[in-house]
Amino acid sequence: MNSREPSPLTPAVNPGDTLKPPVTAYGPVGWLRKNLFNSVPNSLLTVLTVAFLWKTVPPLLQWAFVDAQWATPSALCRQSDGACWSVISRNLRFILFGFYPYDQQWRPIVAVILLLGLIFFSRDRKYWTKPLAYAWIVGLAAMGTLMAGGVFGLSAVESSQWGGLPLTLLLAVFGLTAAYPLGVVLALGRQSRMPAVKVLCIVYIELIRGVPLISLLFMASIIFPLFLPEGVTINKILRAQLAIILFTAAYIAEVVRGGLQAIPRGQYEAAESLGLNYYLTMRLVVLPQALKIVIPPTVSILISAFKDTSLVVIIALYDVLKTTQTVLSNPEWMGFSREAYLFLALFYFTGCFSMSHYSRRLEKQLSTEH
Amino acid sequence: MTTPPASPSIPTASRPMVEMIDVHKWFGEFHVLRGIHLTVHAKERIVICGPSGSGKSTLIRCINRLEEHQRGRIIVDGIELTHNIKNIERIRSEVGMVFQHFNLFPHLTVLDNLTLGPVWVRKVPRKQAEETAMYFLEKVHIAEQARKFPGQLSGGQQQRVAIARSLCMNPKVMLFDEPTSALDPEMIKEVLDVMIELAQEGMTMLVVTHEMGFARSVAHRVLFMDEGRIVEENTPQEFFANPKHERTRLFLSQILH
Repeated sequence: MNSREPSPLTPAVNPGDTLKPPVTAYGPVGWLRKNLFNSVPNSLLTVLTVAFLWKTVPPLLQWAFVDAQWATPSALCRQSDGACWSVISRNLRFILFGFYPYDQQWRPIVAVILLLGLIFFSRDRKYWTKPLAYAWIVGLAAMGTLMAGGVFGLSAVESSQWGGLPLTLLLAVFGLTAAYPLGVVLALGRQSRMPAVKVLCIVYIELIRGVPLISLLFMASIIFPLFLPEGVTINKILRAQLAIILFTAAYIAEVVRGGLQAIPRGQYEAAESLGLNYYLTMRLVVLPQALKIVIPPTVSILISAFKDTSLVVIIALYDVLKTTQTVLSNPEWMGFSREAYLFLALFYFTGCFSMSHYSRRLEKQLSTEH
Repeated sequence: MTTPPASPSIPTASRPMVEMIDVHKWFGEFHVLRGIHLTVHAKERIVICGPSGSGKSTLIRCINRLEEHQRGRIIVDGIELTHNIKNIERIRSEVGMVFQHFNLFPHLTVLDNLTLGPVWVRKVPRKQAEETAMYFLEKVHIAEQARKFPGQLSGGQQQRVAIARSLCMNPKVMLFDEPTSALDPEMIKEVLDVMIELAQEGMTMLVVTHEMGFARSVAHRVLFMDEGRIVEENTPQEFFANPKHERTRLFLSQILH
């Protein structure tokens, strides 16, 4: 039924007839011509850029690697012309773990390794099965136990002593994983036919989006406790975490709403005419398509939320940024802020870049066009 | 409208599969359906035609409640369509629908498109649902495409998949909403062939189409709609040979060359 005769109008092409393009159009020479020297202004720009790089890159490498001090005391650093990476290496444990008791720091190490391991195994959709969900539950419980202690002979560590890397990862990972489903629910609520639900979601989204994260964090740490009955306190980290979740969710909700609007009416109708109810229509037909469309903007939000966790310094939580700054305020290491902030930049970049890399891979996997 | 003259091929003895009694529908101020009376018996095949905007699509979309009627009654297989959501979902699962633009789920393979309804609505075990799906894919001559995504198929193939998707729910009635209007001319035949095979097996069908050849050879009754009313209703022989209504004659003269 599908075989079609070749049209007599199409001229026959003999495979032997193909001609190679002229030598200047392909290969390295062709590439240079086409991309770097294809016009006078472009050639000029190329020359200028090369000259600029020639001037800047070698000294930078000299500073960062050749002349660098890697683990010397600060006095030696001050005599050297190179970068002083010792500010990181000699204070690494404080930067990573803050005021967590020194002899107990194996506990946050294990907790972080557990978390990164779980994230690593969750990256492949092949593994998205029930056992992985159980692994997450067990893993989270283990991490909580390790950090807080107080059982199994582990000494109790107050959450006010938590800091550095575990705190940043905690705020980021939970902030993002909790904000995403909440955002989806809000987006669905905003489209609801029930007026009460719809209005509630709109008010929530617009209120939260109209307020900077900093003020939300202040509210969570200062104003919110005023409303609690006397004697009741809610952990400070938890309050900051909630503020981050509520904030990020509002942004995700708007992005997801955009995705929902891109799904044609016919998809709903086809699902409904099979007898699928609202929940199944959303879960099986609409959301898989809508969420796929909005992967790029969603990841942008998640990336900025990850970086925004550093704002918790203003309510005196010691995340990685704050512990690093604390090291710099030590007279011994004062003045090495270049190295310290480069290190931090590298840390945040690694996190953000992995997210964006992963999102591109996910998009490719989910593509159903050819 | 009275029942058309008894012809041996028209099954009238069986109980009505779809009954529409004085059905009205408005889109805002616009009166789309103006008192529709229609009884469709089991195994009956009805073709609905008419100019665009005459309400023919709206009429069949009311039968599985994709559109809500505002006056009158619609009874499908003994169940009346009301606001009861359970009844609506039950009727929808028993009424197959084929759309002009196929509306396959682009994120699922052809096979998953077919098993979605049976597995989630009918709670059929997946293995069994896949066997049924392959059976119907073979019926629409497209079994070799089961693992592909809809975006990789031609329009005609997609429409045949859409028909198979409806059949997997084992429907009692099939509604076709201009199933060939969005297709290239060369693909219309492959879809009509599948529909004719379906007709030969005794499926109850309501088809909105302008394919008059199909109407002539398959339909028991042809309905002509204009401005929200069923203007004329007859056997295909009479309908084409002797259109009674002036509006019908005009319409036929415009689409039959």
